[in-house]
Amino acid sequence: MKSFTYERVETPAAATAAFAKVKGARFIAGGTNLLDLMKLEIETPAHLIDVSRLALDKIEPTTDGGLRIGAMVRNTDLASDPRVRRDYGLLSRALVAGASGQLRNKATTAGNLLQRTRCPYFYDTNMPCNKRKPGSGCAAIGGFSRLHAIVGASDACIATHPSDMAVAMRALDARVETVDAAGKERSVAVADFYRAPGTTPHLDTVLAPGELITAVTLPKPVGGTHIYQKVRDRASYAFALISVAAIVQKDGSGRVALGGVGHKPWRVEAADADLPRGAKAVTATLLAGAKPSHENAYKLPLVERTLAGVLAQARG
Amino acid sequence: MKFDTPATTNPIDQLKVVGKPTNRIDGPLKTTGLAPYAYERHDVAANQAYGYVVGSAIAKGRIASMKLDEARAAPGVLAIVTADNAGKLGKGNFNTAKLLGGPEVDHYHQAIALVVAETFEQARAAAALVRVEYARGKGAFELAAALGSAVKPPPSFGTEADSSVGDFAGAFAAAPVQLDTRYTTPDHAHAMMEPHASIAAWSGDKLTLWTSNQMIAWSVGDMAKTLGIPRKNIRLDSPYVGGGFGGKLFIRADVLLAALGAKAAARPVKVALPRAFMFNNTPHRPATIQRIRIGATADGKITAIGHESWSGDLPGGGPETAVGQTRLLYAGANRMTAMRLAVLDLPEGNAMRAPGEAPGMMALEVAVDEMAEKLGLDPIRFRIINDTQVDPEKPSRPFSQRQLNECLTIGADKFGWAKRSTTPGASRDGQWLVGMGVAAAFRNNLNGPSAARVRLDKSGVVTVETDMTDIGTGTYTIIAQTAAEMMGLPLDNVVVKLGDSAFPVSAGSGGQWGANSSTAGVYAACVKLREAVAQKLGMNPVDAVFADGKVKAGRQSVALGDAAKDGELVAEDKMDYGDLAEKYQQSTFGAHFVEVGVHAATGEIRIRRMLAVCAAGRILNPKAARSQVIGAMTMGAGSALMEELAVDKRFGFFVNHDLAGYEVPVHADIPHQEVIFLDETDPTTSPMKAKGVGELGICGVGAAVANAVYNATGIRTRNYPITLDKLLDKLPAVA
Repeated sequence: MKSFTYERVETPAAATAAFAKVKGARFIAGGTNLLDLMKLEIETPAHLIDVSRLALDKIEPTTDGGLRIGAMVRNTDLASDPRVRRDYGLLSRALVAGASGQLRNKATTAGNLLQRTRCPYFYDTNMPCNKRKPGSGCAAIGGFSRLHAIVGASDACIATHPSDMAVAMRALDARVETVDAAGKERSVAVADFYRAPGTTPHLDTVLAPGELITAVTLPKPVGGTHIYQKVRDRASYAFALISVAAIVQKDGSGRVALGGVGHKPWRVEAADADLPRGAKAVTATLLAGAKPSHENAYKLPLVERTLAGVLAQARG
Repeated sequence: MKFDTPATTNPIDQLKVVGKPTNRIDGPLKTTGLAPYAYERHDVAANQAYGYVVGSAIAKGRIASMKLDEARAAPGVLAIVTADNAGKLGKGNFNTAKLLGGPEVDHYHQAIALVVAETFEQARAAAALVRVEYARGKGAFELAAALGSAVKPPPSFGTEADSSVGDFAGAFAAAPVQLDTRYTTPDHAHAMMEPHASIAAWSGDKLTLWTSNQMIAWSVGDMAKTLGIPRKNIRLDSPYVGGGFGGKLFIRADVLLAALGAKAAARPVKVALPRAFMFNNTPHRPATIQRIRIGATADGKITAIGHESWSGDLPGGGPETAVGQTRLLYAGANRMTAMRLAVLDLPEGNAMRAPGEAPGMMALEVAVDEMAEKLGLDPIRFRIINDTQVDPEKPSRPFSQRQLNECLTIGADKFGWAKRSTTPGASRDGQWLVGMGVAAAFRNNLNGPSAARVRLDKSGVVTVETDMTDIGTGTYTIIAQTAAEMMGLPLDNVVVKLGDSAFPVSAGSGGQWGANSSTAGVYAACVKLREAVAQKLGMNPVDAVFADGKVKAGRQSVALGDAAKDGELVAEDKMDYGDLAEKYQQSTFGAHFVEVGVHAATGEIRIRRMLAVCAAGRILNPKAARSQVIGAMTMGAGSALMEELAVDKRFGFFVNHDLAGYEVPVHADIPHQEVIFLDETDPTTSPMKAKGVGELGICGVGAAVANAVYNATGIRTRNYPITLDKLLDKLPAVA
């Protein structure tokens, strides 16, 4: 780990201002991912701005009947919020499917969105990795790729996004609210928040340097049956091989998003329309153009089968 | 004391203390954090500096250049050790690759430097500033691709690579029912909780090492050999070990580099291996490819049984001895086994819990299940038909005790085996396909010479000193129980001191030989102490009865402590063994029963319940023994369902080198476990009449899981771990 300086800020404006002042600064909240990455010198910030005490820890109703989740709301608190459990069961279920109780107590909403891939080659600084060191190559391609992306990847990177929460938020049409150093606020749909790897896999999101997440908003509840099915080799404390987030209405319509298949929570709106036609049709649209490796080709039938099971479960 | 005739009645048979499910005497220290592990021994030497290991970034080749100037100039750096400046180093008897590499590199993450600094953070930061250029060499990293070059290895620990009885080829060819199948098991990591860690301090030419190690005397010897100094100049202390599983049988880079770093920095130095190093720097259980052939008559009698195994290791290494149990487990007149060893440039392969037996039984006990199905026999019935009470390779050698059939039938009854559907894939519970599997558990008992010293003070407290280790197994407690039973004391009157090379040399912890061997050594020392006490009190040792804190002979009754009122009484002895282990095959047996659910849509496999019935001689402490067995069952479940070191065949290393990537079972994976011990004593093993139990539990359990998955789905997967991707294309369509 490289030496770094540290400060704690009290307001979002102070956070973004501090960022502008020091080169190589990073925000830190729960630190459940960033500190690991710093110990391995995958992340080498010169300065940490601790935003964990910002007053962004509330879950409040929005004027259009949705919820605004403060960026610093802990995963445990979000998962157990009665409004979330009642109206956005998908989100609550996705959250508790992730990490462990201890990590969820510490991890924040914004930090969860911004966690980095768990690609083992990203974590080994002896290995080439375009996400860690642009231009160095990708060791995962042609290597151990059982856990890697099957859609939306590129010749530069086949990493997946590890979050469960973000998959649910994608299905729920959540939006990410931010503020930048100039005090300019914007709202970005989760759909547009993550980048495809392309030739710049080191850029995970569309956030500009120093832009701070202040909240995630959920539109008003859509009802339906909410199922988050996470598939993994062991029963707990494992990243998803794939996951299916589905909201299914009584008439068979609904929406579906996937985790563990791509560089971002994976949803193709056109596939939602296929839901009444069943898992095969939905999967064909969702995973059109998939380019699996020999080691992760199983994810295609796995998605279809898991989705079929989810739809059967939703039908009761 | 020499143990060369079967034991008769002795004080242990009183079972006032031995055999009770006593809580661990070190438990409160552990649960309150007062039992210091190696890296936490801040008080043993003042002014400790911190060492951080630099590992090789390549698997095979040489270091072209190593620039240390940036690291040297970093804040707090005191010294940097490399092969260039470490002086001449030997290699320990138990090490295959050098612990400090350079200029030649033998495997990925082989240690090539140690940076010593004032703080841990400084050492770690400076270690990242060591600039190394490599000349990458060509290596062999894939077992399947190296099979053609595999050769017959020399005997290992006295066991030949091949065995042959009768005419296997002829009998197999003539057998009316035949099975010929191949199985693979992957490389496994010990993944113990406490990484290797050591503190080293020099005083002149004397070296003290506080470390985490299973085999104290071996490790003193290997440190002496590696450093080229006399054994007597080394003291090694390892009172608490946070898990070993064979990974700490030998010295590793932490202890050598701590010693070299302490010399270079002229200060005590502590070194822990980072978690990533646990996978590529330290040894692992090697992968195997196994072929099993069984020939039988139509009514299920085995006429031919053959087991071949291929594994790989670095040059000079040894095979994973996966065929050993097939030599002994089932009857059959015509038999063959063979092991072949290929050179692989992966990290060093070496012992991990039930080395050989664990992966061997994962194959053999699936083959037996497959053969039973071919024969139309219940797999328990098939095993019972082929039971043998003698060593099938040497029928003049009986098993000292063999209750495998009893384990199987009792287990079947307790587990509800009769409810198992004999048609695979036919039982369903909601979204889950449900199946049951069974396998034999079988691991040999090993005894080793073991010495101990016992001291009696005037307050009637007995202190036991032996270099025996407690690697989380409960050794402190069973040794205390042994001494208490022998001396007629309550457990609270016994103090146990372990793990210090200044104490008499024990059998150490490994190969499930520790419990019986080390307590037998304490037994021997206590026999001497009893004699000393009787003599001191003017009693005839034969008449003296040690009970309730007193010694009685005739009408004389004296508090035990009175024998030491003029000064401590000290006795020391070692238990040595005659040839009983040659006359008798001493083994431990069991039966594993597993019920699994396989998710009908996703193919996820989840264990629902497990039962082990074990026959392993006298159980010295049923509570500690149960912990050993359920821990081993858990490890076996991991090897069946998730554990696999993923080999990068291009770069030659284990990719998933952390506990997020190398998955071991969590609580949610193991919902219900039960262990039953048969009431058994084996007088041929030692006066304790006990056997090892720490590795029995892992032998066969993986196969029981695999057989249950087959029963649930009708899909036979012969390549471990059994993960859902290997089932998906054969599972029925989702309704």
